[in-house]
Amino acid sequence: MEKATRKILVDPLHIKNPITLQVLGICSALAVTVQLKQALVMAVALTVVLTCSNTIISLLRNKIPGSIRIITQLAVIASLVIITDQVLKAFLFDVSKSLSVFVGLIITNCIVMGRAEAFAMGNPPMKSALDGFANSMGYSVILIYVAFFRELLGTGKIMGQEVLAVADATAGTGWYIPNGLMVLSPGAFFLIGLFIWIQRSFAPELQEDE
Amino acid sequence: MEFSNRYVLGFTVLLCLVCAFGVSTAAVALKERQEANQLLDRQANILRVAGLIDAGAKVSPAEAEEFFQTINTVVIDRATGEPTDIDPVTFSAHAESKSTETSDEVPDPHGRTQVSGLPDHLLVYEVTTPGKECFVLEIWGNGLWSTLFGYLALSSDLEQVVGITYYEHGETPGLGGEVDNPNWKALWPGKRAFDDQGATLIEVVKAGSIQPDKADWQVNGMSGATITTNGVSWMVQLWLGEHGYGPYFDRIRGKS
Repeated sequence: MEKATRKILVDPLHIKNPITLQVLGICSALAVTVQLKQALVMAVALTVVLTCSNTIISLLRNKIPGSIRIITQLAVIASLVIITDQVLKAFLFDVSKSLSVFVGLIITNCIVMGRAEAFAMGNPPMKSALDGFANSMGYSVILIYVAFFRELLGTGKIMGQEVLAVADATAGTGWYIPNGLMVLSPGAFFLIGLFIWIQRSFAPELQEDE
Repeated sequence: MEFSNRYVLGFTVLLCLVCAFGVSTAAVALKERQEANQLLDRQANILRVAGLIDAGAKVSPAEAEEFFQTINTVVIDRATGEPTDIDPVTFSAHAESKSTETSDEVPDPHGRTQVSGLPDHLLVYEVTTPGKECFVLEIWGNGLWSTLFGYLALSSDLEQVVGITYYEHGETPGLGGEVDNPNWKALWPGKRAFDDQGATLIEVVKAGSIQPDKADWQVNGMSGATITTNGVSWMVQLWLGEHGYGPYFDRIRGKS
């Protein structure tokens, strides 16, 4: 693989990760990570929107007047998000209901507009599509990691299936006492913080100067 | 690169048209499927609130239809409580309440529910499944951001609440959105709905402030969601009262 392409694909997973390094998209990372299923659907939705929006913006990049470029990006992104939302409502109604406003809020997810403005406006479509896809993966990896541990520790389940035997005092079975903190938003903060700590310990070059 | 004003305007118009075309195509093409989903979701909510299926259980359209064989869906006249022969499939109390021709003004103090009007007719699901007999009523009213649409189920002797559920709302997830939380909904079953004279008792109070002598009918509110909580309390009082299903209940009491 060409070195530049590789850089586009791999960097967002690690040293340019949108959540842990650029601290973008935190809102949805807290909100939709209570269950793994929601997080997976959200990750797929964001991947579709970001890849498509980067491609479209990049195709139009020489045609977009500078004075209205932000609103143009927004219009493209908003349309894609609404279409995604409609598709979810038609085919994955339950998940779309539990994701509630957060699918709609992909419009305001800083990662999407950030990549459109910073990358797609200045690069050809193929590269922009790759960049959009790679950044979505960087986002998805964190989302899935957070959701995995929140669902596991918060409810003892993975994808709704019981993995840890939850203690039931009346029946006298099980041993695991669900950690209520994990179900609430602060649980996600702890997990993301932990991830950032581990990541920067392994890659000291990411640490900020004192 | 410099663009002329005319180009910018043209670009904007074209962009809007293309985006609008994309969005409306998706909306129109998927409408049928979405409506089928919504109908099934409402039916599942009715079955859950009546205790016919478990809280988390799912139903297929065929299963839902089977359950609905033992449920009489009746459109009643709101003022008299008498059943009418209006077709429940096409009837919508929400639509009636929006038109001044088919609704009455909401009297004080129920204006606080922000219901647009009291519809001339209301829908009742009379569940006749043996051992699970109850009445499922439609309730709606404003919370903080949105109108909450849901169902309240009362036991067939009208003594107790069987359950409450909302199938559509736009409240803040994590705060008012907790009306969907099974733990909160579990506070409702068994609460007393009316006093001996038939006046509505049930109310939602500030979290943790249930008075011991009223514990039979007071429900703990959700902390951090006072306005949604008030909305729920008010709409329950409106629809159970004389301006809502009251006359219908009087008929039931008279019969039994």
